[in-house]
Amino acid sequence: MTDLLLAARNVTKRFPGVLANDDISVELKPGRILALLGENGAGKSTLVNVLFGMYRPDGGQIIIKDEVVDLHGPDDAISRGIGMVHQHFQLVPPMRVVENIVLGAEPTKRGLVDLDEARLRVVELSERYGLEVDPDALVEDLPVGMQQRVEILKALYRNADVLILDEPTGVLTPQEADHLLTVLRGLTETGVGIVFITHKLREVLAIADDIVVLREGRVVGTTTPEQATESGLAEMMVGRSVVLRVEKSTAQPGDVVLQVDDLKVNDNRGQLAVDGVSLQVRAGEIVGVAGVEGNGQRELVEAITGLRHVAAGAMAIAGKPLTNNSTRQIAENDVGHIPEDREKHGIIAAYSLAENSVLNRYHRPPFSSRGIMRREVIYEHAQSVVEEFDVRTPSVTVAASSLSGGNKQKLIVGREFSSHIKLLVAAQPTRGIDIGAIEFIHRRIVEQRDKGAAVLLVSAELDEILSLADRVAVLYDGKLVDVLDANVATREKVGLLMAGITD
Amino acid sequence: MSRSILRSVAVPLAAVILGLLIGAILIVSQNASPITAYSSLLQGGLGDGDALLRTLQKATPLIFGGLAVAFAFKAGLFNIGGQGQLLVGAVFAAAVGFGVDGLPMFIHLPAALIAGALAGAIWGGIAGALKATTGAHEVIVTIMLNFVGGNLTDWLSANPWKDNSGNNIVARTPLVEDSATIPTFGAIPVGFLLAVLTAAGCWMILERTTYGFEVRSVGQNRNAAHYAGIKVGWIMASTMAVAGMLAALGGAVESLGVDGRFEAGVNVGLGFEGITIALLARANPLGVIPAALLVGLMEAGASRMQFKAGVAPELIDVIQALILFFVAAPMIVRWLLRMRQGDSEQLRLGAGWGNS
Amino acid sequence: MKTHQRRLLWIAATLLIVLIWTFYSANGPQTTAVLAGTVRAATLLALGAMCGMIGERSGVVNIGIEGQFLMSAFFAFTVTSITGSLFMGAMAGIATGLTMGWMLAAMAVGLKVDQIIAGTVLNIGALGLTSFFYDRSRSLGVSKYTNIDLGALADLPLVGTVFFSRPPITYLTMALLVIVHIALFRSVWGMRTRAIGEHPGAADTVGIDVLRLRYLNVTLAGGFAGLGGSYLALEAVGTFSRAMSGGRGFLALAVMIFGRRNPFGAYAAALFFGFTTALQNHFQLNSVFDIPPQFVGMLPFVVTIIVVALSGLMGSMRDPAALGQTYEKG
Repeated sequence: MTDLLLAARNVTKRFPGVLANDDISVELKPGRILALLGENGAGKSTLVNVLFGMYRPDGGQIIIKDEVVDLHGPDDAISRGIGMVHQHFQLVPPMRVVENIVLGAEPTKRGLVDLDEARLRVVELSERYGLEVDPDALVEDLPVGMQQRVEILKALYRNADVLILDEPTGVLTPQEADHLLTVLRGLTETGVGIVFITHKLREVLAIADDIVVLREGRVVGTTTPEQATESGLAEMMVGRSVVLRVEKSTAQPGDVVLQVDDLKVNDNRGQLAVDGVSLQVRAGEIVGVAGVEGNGQRELVEAITGLRHVAAGAMAIAGKPLTNNSTRQIAENDVGHIPEDREKHGIIAAYSLAENSVLNRYHRPPFSSRGIMRREVIYEHAQSVVEEFDVRTPSVTVAASSLSGGNKQKLIVGREFSSHIKLLVAAQPTRGIDIGAIEFIHRRIVEQRDKGAAVLLVSAELDEILSLADRVAVLYDGKLVDVLDANVATREKVGLLMAGITD
Repeated sequence: MSRSILRSVAVPLAAVILGLLIGAILIVSQNASPITAYSSLLQGGLGDGDALLRTLQKATPLIFGGLAVAFAFKAGLFNIGGQGQLLVGAVFAAAVGFGVDGLPMFIHLPAALIAGALAGAIWGGIAGALKATTGAHEVIVTIMLNFVGGNLTDWLSANPWKDNSGNNIVARTPLVEDSATIPTFGAIPVGFLLAVLTAAGCWMILERTTYGFEVRSVGQNRNAAHYAGIKVGWIMASTMAVAGMLAALGGAVESLGVDGRFEAGVNVGLGFEGITIALLARANPLGVIPAALLVGLMEAGASRMQFKAGVAPELIDVIQALILFFVAAPMIVRWLLRMRQGDSEQLRLGAGWGNS
Repeated sequence: MKTHQRRLLWIAATLLIVLIWTFYSANGPQTTAVLAGTVRAATLLALGAMCGMIGERSGVVNIGIEGQFLMSAFFAFTVTSITGSLFMGAMAGIATGLTMGWMLAAMAVGLKVDQIIAGTVLNIGALGLTSFFYDRSRSLGVSKYTNIDLGALADLPLVGTVFFSRPPITYLTMALLVIVHIALFRSVWGMRTRAIGEHPGAADTVGIDVLRLRYLNVTLAGGFAGLGGSYLALEAVGTFSRAMSGGRGFLALAVMIFGRRNPFGAYAAALFFGFTTALQNHFQLNSVFDIPPQFVGMLPFVVTIIVVALSGLMGSMRDPAALGQTYEKG
């Protein structure tokens, strides 16, 4: 009988300039669920990649099934029974479910891949563990929850004794997440051990048998759900008491700034992603749009900011109709936009901070006149943005790629806020950045609201919405299922709406 | 400031030296002496006033060709169509040059140049427009247009625009009028000055104007540029048109200056040389000038090298290919020089191959 | 392939057969000559397309096929001229293609040079080196590969001459179509190759060595281009001349795209392109219509532009998702 299914003993891992894992020890016994809790950059993913053989530790040992091992790569770990379900699915979209599952471990007959055999095994596994899928469906046609099942089946196909899941519920509705947790419990009953990485306190308390909290590469606490509280865990995660809700005064909404009427928008595949959404955002209020990613939020934001074509319906800002106008035309109506993907849309990495600071207004005076850029003006503007928005950088002439995620976001926020805004559209504004920067940006957003701006906040982090919004709207399957006042928007109520359950 | 210039020339300089070294090995394989070969090469390009003039003349279309590739690079586009763009520019400039008479030079010459430039702008613009509207990769389209341009200009110079004077049977146009010929101010070829001015102009546009800002933004991060309100499609199309215009000017200057006419089959290969020069210059318009002078020097001295050392002039092509290899694979050079990677604007083109 | 697309294909194929039969009845020898010329031209393009698709399915763009054709033709020609053996020459051509494939892999996959630039280096290098070492006085020394009749099949009217009375490399190419198709879509190698071209990360996490497989595939693909060069020098033309690849390495890329990156589709596209080339040669010889040769010469290139533009508009001809991007681990 195995005692230790998987363990790290004094594992240390260094990257250039960063000590990602510092003398970490964790243990997983058969049939138990170990939750690794920590915020971005705490070292959870690194630890798990070491355990999975993607990285070699600089110090310490890895133990699999009571044996000290030296892993040469993921296939080594896989052959020893370690399975990993990644945060960003590692599936080949145009290939079928069965092909994705057997890739790398293909059964063969006469030198060619034996898909019939593979299919049988997949069906058998999926029925045994409650993970129903259609083996011949193309992965790209599957909804996200199904794709995750394929990922899990990939590990089970290879006879995994340990399943490592990296932020598995980020893309699921609360109800799908519950189903997942049930599946995991079922797996533990067969002796499988589970390592569950998350930053969601609620889940940790709901599912884990053992909790390990990481911060800045070190283990700062080991506990169990019986002994821990949400605020206690949060404090361990960040090292000081955290304001779980931003302090703000009550909103004083004024005139309607953003008016959206029966908007219909298609996604990249031509399917209807936004299905008749009507919404109003007034000056001086924050409307938060909650919902699991993939329910039309991205397309809604892109339609409002002019990045995507509106198929039907209308939109107006401060009374001015602006349906299907260009990004520039919309921006010139005093609209600020914090884009969801800062690397893709928000900054140009190779450009200097100075050039990035005028990315939205380089073509207008005072930054340029008659087609010539005015470099001194741009430089000074960048300096003031950097100072006012606490962007940590040696100078404004270095490339933006040298900034950390949080500082890049602060630069973007500073750029958008440096002119008067009537409407702020903020999409996932604090994704992937450290707590200090999150607090800073939250405060500035509330500040904009208090100055009279209308704020549309779209976020997959329910806590962020509940903390900032004056009114909470929920998007499900492209439709706005309800809009609640903040004082009646509880987690449970919003969670149900996010899954499309209206009472 | 001088340190960063030093760092940016280190790799190209090393590439050139390595290319010459391997070239020396090839020379030896032909039973010739590298020292004789290279010294006669130098003499042929720099030895006296005539040689210098030849070098500058050879460098002129190379500057334009290099600019044509470099400008497109800045927008993340790969313009391999320099050859076709140059040919149409040359033939249309020659057409205006010989087809009209009675005009004073200050009208005729610019008109001929503009005609050539416009032809090139269209030739490049087609590729740019197709890329912007259909996503067709400019590499294939510009290469195809090279062949189409070659055929078109062959036909033009062998039929409607043929020189039918005397006993001429060669496919070429008549001589251009004096009023359309590019003058020389003493020893300095005006065409070369024009090229240098154009290079400076390109630099100014790219670094100091909003249009240039937009071009470079599209080249560095197309998505962010789109989000910033830049019309990406228009930038792509116009950049290719400008690039085509630049190459065409090179051809026009040849027709109206050195050659005095358009002749089919001359000036082949200049398109590809533009690529080497643009890469040597790391897509910097000002860097194109010294790179073009270097290659121009080699070409000017090639016949002397053949005469004195018995080495085939195609060696120059081989050396260029080697230099291109070393410039394109800077890691080899860096490893040799024990240098580290800088984080300046990178050249990334392959990622745009798909229709994304 | 969707049902309505399949139906369209059947209709097109039927129309084509009817058309060919009509022309054959009207003028047998000319039709046969043009169709035989079609297959001749198509062989080279198909080989180039197979070279391109193996690389592109793995996620690597190869625009150096032109240079590979040229260099391989040069070595095939030179080795045959020296040894007197066509076989040795063909082997030399294939070896050259493999070597150049290896060089592309080393640059694009190993040194992470931009793939387009790497391909251009191959092209410029091939042109320079073959021009430098080209000896005008050299000739093949032996006669080029001649037709081999496949027994009774060769006696069939029209199809007999066109398909079953061909020189060896042409037959080999047709066989390779089948082999590559099976390999790409039914074998373990094929499945992994397609995976690394679409989502290299996914392949990596199941233990597939993405870089090594790309290296292997790009090198292997070069062999096909090498065979193409051998075909050019030893079967199609019978000699070597400067820049004899004449842009067909680039046409092969269009064929590959048009044929949706699979062997049989590519062959169909190659036949189409080959047809325009055969037509061009035919007009030049017979001067039936009064079209200047330069315009006929433009035809394949103009068609390519149209094809590439259309395939961009018809988004269904989709590229492997990871095409052209260098793969960085983790």
